[in-house]
Amino acid sequence: MALLDVEDLSVTFARRGQRTVHAVDGVSFSVDAGEVVGLVGESGCGKSVTSLALMGLLPKQPGLRVGGKAVFDGTDLLQLDDRSRRDIRGRDIAMIFQDPLSSLNPVIPIGLQVTEVLTRHRGMKGAAAEKEAAALLDRVGIPDPKRRLKEYPHQLSGGMRQRALIAMAVACQPRLLIADEPTTALDVTIQAQILELLKDLVRDSGTALVMITHDLGVVAGMCDTVNVLYAGRVVETARRRPLFREPRHPYTVGLLGSVPRLDAGRGERLNPIPGSVRDVLPWPDGCAFAPRCARRVDECVGEPPALVLAHDGRSYRCVNPAPAPGTVPTPAATAPVVDDPLASAAAEATASPVPAPREEEKP
Amino acid sequence: MTESDILVEVRDLKVHFPIKRGVIFDRTVGHVKAVDGVDLRIARGKTYGLVGESGCGKSTLGRALLQLTPPTSGEVSFDGVELTTLPAGRLRTMRRRMQMIFQDPMSSLDPRQNVESILTEGLQTHGIGGSRDERRKIIGETLDAVGLPRWALSRYPHEFSGGQRQRIGIARALVLGPELIVADEPVSALDVSIQAQVVNLLDELQDSLGLTYLVIAHDLAVVRHISDTIGVMYLGALVEEAPGDRLYTEPLHPYTRALMSAVPVPDPDVEDRRERILLAGDLPSPANPPSGCRFHTRCPWAQPTRCADERPVLREIGASRVACHWAEQIATGELRPHKVSAQITRPAGEGEEPHVVSAPSEPGSYV
Ligand SMILES: Nc1ncnc2c1ncn2[C@@H]1O[C@H](COP(=O)(O)OP(=O)(O)OP(=O)(O)O)[C@@H](O)[C@H]1O
Ligand SMILES: Nc1ncnc2c1ncn2[C@@H]1O[C@H](COP(=O)(O)OP(=O)(O)OP(=O)(O)O)[C@@H](O)[C@H]1O
Ligand code: SF4
Ligand code: SF4
Ligand SMILES: [Mg+2]
Ligand SMILES: [Mg+2]
Repeated sequence: MALLDVEDLSVTFARRGQRTVHAVDGVSFSVDAGEVVGLVGESGCGKSVTSLALMGLLPKQPGLRVGGKAVFDGTDLLQLDDRSRRDIRGRDIAMIFQDPLSSLNPVIPIGLQVTEVLTRHRGMKGAAAEKEAAALLDRVGIPDPKRRLKEYPHQLSGGMRQRALIAMAVACQPRLLIADEPTTALDVTIQAQILELLKDLVRDSGTALVMITHDLGVVAGMCDTVNVLYAGRVVETARRRPLFREPRHPYTVGLLGSVPRLDAGRGERLNPIPGSVRDVLPWPDGCAFAPRCARRVDECVGEPPALVLAHDGRSYRCVNPAPAPGTVPTPAATAPVVDDPLASAAAEATASPVPAPREEEKP
Repeated sequence: MTESDILVEVRDLKVHFPIKRGVIFDRTVGHVKAVDGVDLRIARGKTYGLVGESGCGKSTLGRALLQLTPPTSGEVSFDGVELTTLPAGRLRTMRRRMQMIFQDPMSSLDPRQNVESILTEGLQTHGIGGSRDERRKIIGETLDAVGLPRWALSRYPHEFSGGQRQRIGIARALVLGPELIVADEPVSALDVSIQAQVVNLLDELQDSLGLTYLVIAHDLAVVRHISDTIGVMYLGALVEEAPGDRLYTEPLHPYTRALMSAVPVPDPDVEDRRERILLAGDLPSPANPPSGCRFHTRCPWAQPTRCADERPVLREIGASRVACHWAEQIATGELRPHKVSAQITRPAGEGEEPHVVSAPSEPGSYV
């Protein structure tokens, strides 16, 4: 059985006088013990809301609705009361955020913040806790750890703060670590250090890691299994190599074709995905990616495409997936509705089978 | 390259910002050497890519090149005209030939101006297009070039998506018919799937209009994609400059090697094979750069002689220019990398009291 099983997780924010936001719209994925699982997708696809929902850290605002299940080691995380959730958090599941400064307390020295975690979850006190805290800072590569313990977060650089946060997250040897864009704010050479550190930590301790990122390169380097998200749903799940070698979902194909690669030469034209993530169809009306999809066929709209479980243990949510290598390709699909980022709005005028998305968006 | 092929030439450019302290008397306690002696040449119709980590001085170099930030010293010549000594009036007329595109189109566009007035403004300041009709025509052509429809003219920036806003930013620069465009992080604020649209647009515009670009970005893959020549900056200076392909296949400077090896590539095979050169510690502060070779505090190849006390200058090695005393010996493998211990770098403002913000009640309650 999987360590974490997320099933049909949904999160909606309703606000009076405003459109209800389906931030997460039926996300399912699972994480095995010791496995590194990637959640990858563009801005706004629901990556952070998914992780916050699992941790019970969503802002408690009226109109917030969380549905589905997230079973961790036999317990549904979504049904826990605040107290038991706090017990699990830090001890069994820990999280690392993109912006370490906002998750460290600015007026408390780093050392105290680490020892506090050790005291709460491991019952360590005094000199023992301090010694362990210094060992943890050392483990995450913070130079001169004993002195760093007395320093405040603002005295450390971005990379060092992220290390401190990682030290706190791994202080209790959690079984699951969720990292939400842990390196997005960092420079590339610092990113490489942090990614290497995370890889080492999970390898040494057998901690499972959910790696949330928009960077396909990061995913390619460290994830065992990858989940691609689009508009609040997982659209494709596959092991790392098959996903990159033979992506099936048109969105995955599109993403891979549109990112420039460091190892590609100058001037090879990229194949951008037309339109923007704002050109979506609500899932109940069909495939959310349909307005931008080059493989769209009539069956794509009307109802949401079902999840297809492929023989090789992978799955995708698409009625006309990219052909697997070695198979006869399906006949050419209809042209994409949006072949230019603005045509979506222009399409309002022309009769289109897909309701054209609105260009306007209230700021 | 003959002289006439060079559109921009920068010689020993320096931009030092004073660091002020004190409440009543502004005392200058030092200088941030944001750009500290850069030489480079940009060929007409080509793209020069500038990469480097946050704070290494890329934007400052771009702005100083356009004289938007006054250089502390050094020379910048544009199409044979020396800009640093040009009287203000003549500089203003030169400006229309050199335009800038910014990272965040939203913050560089006035939210109260519609697209038409954003585009007309530049034409009017520079007295381009005598009549209203003529201006309309120029604007129409520009919109076509960047792929925006005519109805965009009456809309306001917030009504567009990020990628479209960047098109407006590009249109604003293009409408003046410039020869040089300095693009500072033109795609880094955009979504992955949108970046490619803007990158392709920049490529197409260069082909059709013969534009010269200085593209500044921290994303090496993007820069490699659009640049003919790439310059790598570290703490205010160029450490290596080479044709894009060569920089990737044969990086000569230790910092370039580390940088290239750190960029994740969306291909598991490449990722598994690659050998990472991990740098220890953080970027030192540009207010207090290391002596000698600025990279020596983090360089895995640093040697006991020269590195710490003699600043290397850019030397030509093959088609590259490299600022490293030992580049040849490193390339042949005669010198081997060694382990470096990390040194702490203080973020700016260190030593001051922590800002008092409403602190969460339990420390560590977030993790
Ligand atoms: N508190 C909230 N109230 C209303 N809507 C919200 C709230 N938090 C998030 N959303 C919306 O939910 C959607 C998903 O947001 P989320 O932060 O999960 O995206 P993400 O995938 O993490 O994106 P990014 O890559 O930009 O971090 C977005 O459309 C966002 O605007
Ligand atoms: N107007 C200014 N006054 C004082 N210091 C400045 C000013 N502008 C930039 N600096 C400093 O000069 C250095 C170089 O800044 P610059 O913005 O050029 O870096 P950059 O390479 O563009 O970084 P990034 O990738 O973060 O944009 C930084 O240390 C910065 O703090
Ligand atoms: S082919 Fe149809 S179902 Fe598949 S991604 Fe395209 S629009 Fe969606
Ligand atoms: S000069 Fe010395 S310290 Fe600088 S890059 Fe070369 S080997 Fe490293
Ligand atoms: Mg997020
Ligand atoms: Mg900059």
